[in-house]
Amino acid sequence: MDSTSLFYALDLVSGAGLTLSSEQKAALKTSLIILQKNYKFQRVLFWGKILGITGDYFIAQGVTDDEMRDKKTLYSLNCMDWNLLPPPTDEMTAYVNIAAIGRFIGDPSHEYEYTETRRFGEGDEAQEEDIMIKVTEEKRLATTVARIDQEVSVVPRGAYIKNPHGTVQKNRSFEGLSFGEAGKLSNYLHFSEPKQPRKLSILVTAESDPCKDFLDRLSEDLPKGSWSIQFERGSSVCVLRSLLWLGLSFFHIPETPQHGYIYMGPGLKNLDLPFML
Amino acid sequence: MKPAEEDKQTDQMATCLKAFMLKTSTKTNLNLYDHLTRLLHKILDERPENAVDVFEDMSREVKRGLMQEKQGALRDAPFSSAQQDLAELQRILFASRQGEQGDQEEELVEAPIPNVAELAFYLEQAGVGMDKDEMQRIFLALKHLVDTQPLQHCRFWGKILGTEANYLVAEVELREDEEDEEGAEETANEEEKEPNEEEEGGEVLEVVDPLPKSTHQSPPVVPKEENHTGANKYTYFVCQEPGLPWVKLPSVTPAQITIARQIRKFFTGCLSTPIISYPPFPGSEANYLRAQIARISAATQVSPLGYFQFGEEEGDDDDDGARASFEENPDFEGIPVTEMAESLSTWVHHVQHILIQGRCVWVNLAAKPEDNFEEDGDEEEKDEEPDEPEPEVGPPLLTPLSEDAEVNNTSPWSLGLSSALIPQFAISTLRSNLWPGAHAYARAKKFDSIYIGWGMKSTNYKYGFSPTTVPMAQAEYPSGPEITEALDPTLEEEQALKAALEEQRAAQEEAEGLEDEEEDD
Repeated sequence: MDSTSLFYALDLVSGAGLTLSSEQKAALKTSLIILQKNYKFQRVLFWGKILGITGDYFIAQGVTDDEMRDKKTLYSLNCMDWNLLPPPTDEMTAYVNIAAIGRFIGDPSHEYEYTETRRFGEGDEAQEEDIMIKVTEEKRLATTVARIDQEVSVVPRGAYIKNPHGTVQKNRSFEGLSFGEAGKLSNYLHFSEPKQPRKLSILVTAESDPCKDFLDRLSEDLPKGSWSIQFERGSSVCVLRSLLWLGLSFFHIPETPQHGYIYMGPGLKNLDLPFML
Repeated sequence: MKPAEEDKQTDQMATCLKAFMLKTSTKTNLNLYDHLTRLLHKILDERPENAVDVFEDMSREVKRGLMQEKQGALRDAPFSSAQQDLAELQRILFASRQGEQGDQEEELVEAPIPNVAELAFYLEQAGVGMDKDEMQRIFLALKHLVDTQPLQHCRFWGKILGTEANYLVAEVELREDEEDEEGAEETANEEEKEPNEEEEGGEVLEVVDPLPKSTHQSPPVVPKEENHTGANKYTYFVCQEPGLPWVKLPSVTPAQITIARQIRKFFTGCLSTPIISYPPFPGSEANYLRAQIARISAATQVSPLGYFQFGEEEGDDDDDGARASFEENPDFEGIPVTEMAESLSTWVHHVQHILIQGRCVWVNLAAKPEDNFEEDGDEEEKDEEPDEPEPEVGPPLLTPLSEDAEVNNTSPWSLGLSSALIPQFAISTLRSNLWPGAHAYARAKKFDSIYIGWGMKSTNYKYGFSPTTVPMAQAEYPSGPEITEALDPTLEEEQALKAALEEQRAAQEEAEGLEDEEEDD
């Protein structure tokens, strides 16, 4: 969520139990402005908090030109000193997936080790070789943030448009979803590169606007029911919670352009989702 | 060309253009000239920054403004949104009872309303909790509960998130006389049900040919713990939103706890939802919710070491060491915050551990079956069961958290200090890693724990949750050699057999021949 709106919007998504203390809020208010100046960001987003065993990571993102693609992620342990996270590569993601198991520790230099025993040949001639994979927690953090963004970041339909140059920008004239629309999952989009080929019915595509509908809809997510959609605060705020990444909350106040998402959780994907529905 | 003529021509062109711009659109009945006039008026009135950039938006706004006037011809149908309904419901929370001042003063002393405002204040420092507005509503809702129910003690337990609605949970102790009546009703109902089922079964047997009877002997049911003891020490009320009615949860049975340990299901927010799972869960979502609340309470309700102490009398009654009650220690001075934020041994559990059996106090089941199941087919079970099963013993009450076992190579608790900058006034915070969402705080004599989460224990981080597999289907008949299909013999085998048989026959004939000869002799 936008760092400028953080201080009233945080209350709207704190229904899931986690929030920031006054001290942290005050610190963020100061440090994010300095961050914006130092890195020359157009906007700074407060992305959320990842809980570790001994310490928590606070994550912020800076946006430069393209709202969706030109993002830089930074982390901090004390809400004041920010460090840039490396952009995740495919190799890094693969290693993290194998080696980094369990909860985050809270120490960016902590190394996860994984020894893989590979076998060559078959039967009695098989030879075993140990391969040691080491990944630092900083890298894990980078891939986790990128993965959460890829899988569960949300925007309401129409809040962002793709302009003729192909860059994604805020839609100035977005006035919010109506109350009726806000209750439907199909009016919310993944704010990440669309991955699945379009399989929508002709009826739906006839109404779609290529300038607004360039993203994947949440209603197409599998398994069905991986989102919880509720009206809170006396039905004035629509809150979406991801059941795949427990801890991700999104809010939108219908009929206003205010929306945002935040992740506050352990940074673990809920692999048990199919059993839990 | 003369200037006058030129002017005339320009004028004419301008009129032409104006006429073009004044052409009314057949679709919207607007014309460009008026539209531009209005738009320029609007821009000059409002003087927006970078007007050229937002020109399109403003144009659209002007057009929309014109459209809206026309739509006003029809009156809106009265529209009642969920928002309005809820506001109506929540109005009772804010109704102050004037004119009953005398009563109110008495109630102020008696009513056991928990101080949610204080709880919210401390939790916020720990980075936990809901926004102030919601907390205030919960506060009022709890007051409403205390006003309407005969309660001895009331505490805000926490919030359980569901997929469609959430539950706010209040932990209460009913006044004893009230509870006994209700308890009596419940047991009476249960007793009534059972004989009916047996009767029906009996009729069927008389009418139809005796059906094969199942030899399955269900294991003895672990008896439920009485109200005010063990896992049923407190009663729980839940409501979905402040202002909606509070619903009392049924008391929990050991079977529900043991099955709840084996399944993982999201709550939906509707208490009557059936729980579809394997192993089958005995009850609906209300029972599941109650079982999870019991498990979470037992695992995560903590207090500073020394705040509670065992009463002297209690200790003598039970020599097992499983003392079930404790009292506040009047001499407790409070432990320094920095110490509490560093050492887990300064925190203790003050809710009884739930044993594998699903009860807090172990009950010997082996003694009972003899009374209840004196039918045939009991022998096998008796043989299998040890004569005197080893009693399950959990950690006693007020065990320090440092004794808690590590699960999944992760420490079960995370300690912290609310503020690194002003440690003098900070509070010590505790976060459960086993039950994500369970938090506790302490500062001097103040402490409390709360749970806000999905009601799920953390699972194995590597492999996730592995559900119990359904057992193999029972065979319809015992398999034996007479019904198993044999392989057809190959040609060689057949020939070998034939040869063997012939050889045998030849040998026999020979033998017979010999015998004949002997007889002849």
